[in-house]
Amino acid sequence: MDKEIIQQFIAKRVAKELKDGDVVNLGIGLPTLVANYVNDGKVITFQSENGFVGLGPTPTEEQFDPFITNAGAKPVTILPGGAFFDSAMSFGIIRGGHVDLTVLGALQVDAKGNIANYMIPGKMVPGMGGAMDLISGAKKVVVAMEHTAKGSLKILNDCSLPLTAVNQVNLIVTEMGVIEVSEDGLILKEINPEFTVEEVQKFTEPKLIISEQLKMMEV
Amino acid sequence: MNKIVSIEEAVSKIKENDVLLVGGFLGVGSPHHCIDELIKQKTTGLTLVCNDSGFPEIGVGKLVMTKQFSKVIASHIGTNKETGRQMMEKETIVELVPQGTLVEQIRAGGYGLGGVLTKTGLGTKVEEGKQTVVVDGETYLLEKPIRGNVALIYANKVDKFGNMQFHGAARNFNTLMASAADLVIVEADEIVEVGDLDPDFIHCPGIFVDYIVNGGAIRG
Repeated sequence: MDKEIIQQFIAKRVAKELKDGDVVNLGIGLPTLVANYVNDGKVITFQSENGFVGLGPTPTEEQFDPFITNAGAKPVTILPGGAFFDSAMSFGIIRGGHVDLTVLGALQVDAKGNIANYMIPGKMVPGMGGAMDLISGAKKVVVAMEHTAKGSLKILNDCSLPLTAVNQVNLIVTEMGVIEVSEDGLILKEINPEFTVEEVQKFTEPKLIISEQLKMMEV
Repeated sequence: MNKIVSIEEAVSKIKENDVLLVGGFLGVGSPHHCIDELIKQKTTGLTLVCNDSGFPEIGVGKLVMTKQFSKVIASHIGTNKETGRQMMEKETIVELVPQGTLVEQIRAGGYGLGGVLTKTGLGTKVEEGKQTVVVDGETYLLEKPIRGNVALIYANKVDKFGNMQFHGAARNFNTLMASAADLVIVEADEIVEVGDLDPDFIHCPGIFVDYIVNGGAIRG
């Protein structure tokens, strides 16, 4: 699968995790795509950590407003029912458990639900932005990422990069499958029919627990 | 009492080595004219406290390019590679702080609190060198207050007393920073008479404000 198709596939599967009425924060990059695939008439309120709920799609030329941007400074819209606020309230919403679900990318995730996604020492130090608060504060944390980075493993026994948060990841969705983080370890719940269990295991460092109800990944 | 001053006069209140709080989120809701004036005045050695370090040509990022900061305290510097370069080359001290922690530290600084307790950053590099506090069996990080010598903030509209109204996502750190500095300068796109703003719809009261600068009709 090429990169774009992989990303769309992952985003479509993540979208199924969103429940009617949820408040959801999507990270930049792949997670942003999830908003394109919310269906079944579900009402989802998207939060933008720069200070509003009711995040809507990219504006038309007529709708463009330089003060209505997402957390990546890209122009967006606010939907009817949305509200603007300051950063203290924005992060009160995040830390206070008022965000039902957050979707983020990761450099590494491990068997204990630890996640590293904000720096590679000596190489890339962009900063954590709101990611540490989101991962610590959201009720459910979904990592949406490609299973490997150019062949090198990203799902590990222990993250080697500086952690963004400890023991907070609940679900990992990749192009190969859907993996739940449990106290016993990582459980493969769904598998992309294009791959075998052996192949998924080959690209996952921790020994996977294969769910007795292993399902085919549908998007 | 007249709070409205020229941009030159307002910005001249920022002195070498001051701690400077600057509002805005990647330049949205930043006091752009004051930033340009600060470049003209060449004030250096400043400590920046801001959500991010902007872009090379937008917001506080311009002041990173002109090397006017000796220290940057921000949650994100990824949109301005020069900040990262200065950090790697040890030209500028950069402290990365989780965004929600940074805003609470500023709120604590402005609201008379000795700090805040948060779970954000537990078990990460953010915890290093900090005190943890256990409350009812739950462990939290103690994050200390932040205050500035000067806050340079933005509002879309102010009255001549400094009462502020914001539009869109411009509020971000501005309303918190208004409380957390010895001297507060607000740049506004529009200045109206006292009484023109409905008190029910003022987002931040003018009592915090020392100086008002007319930013004209610049947007974004």
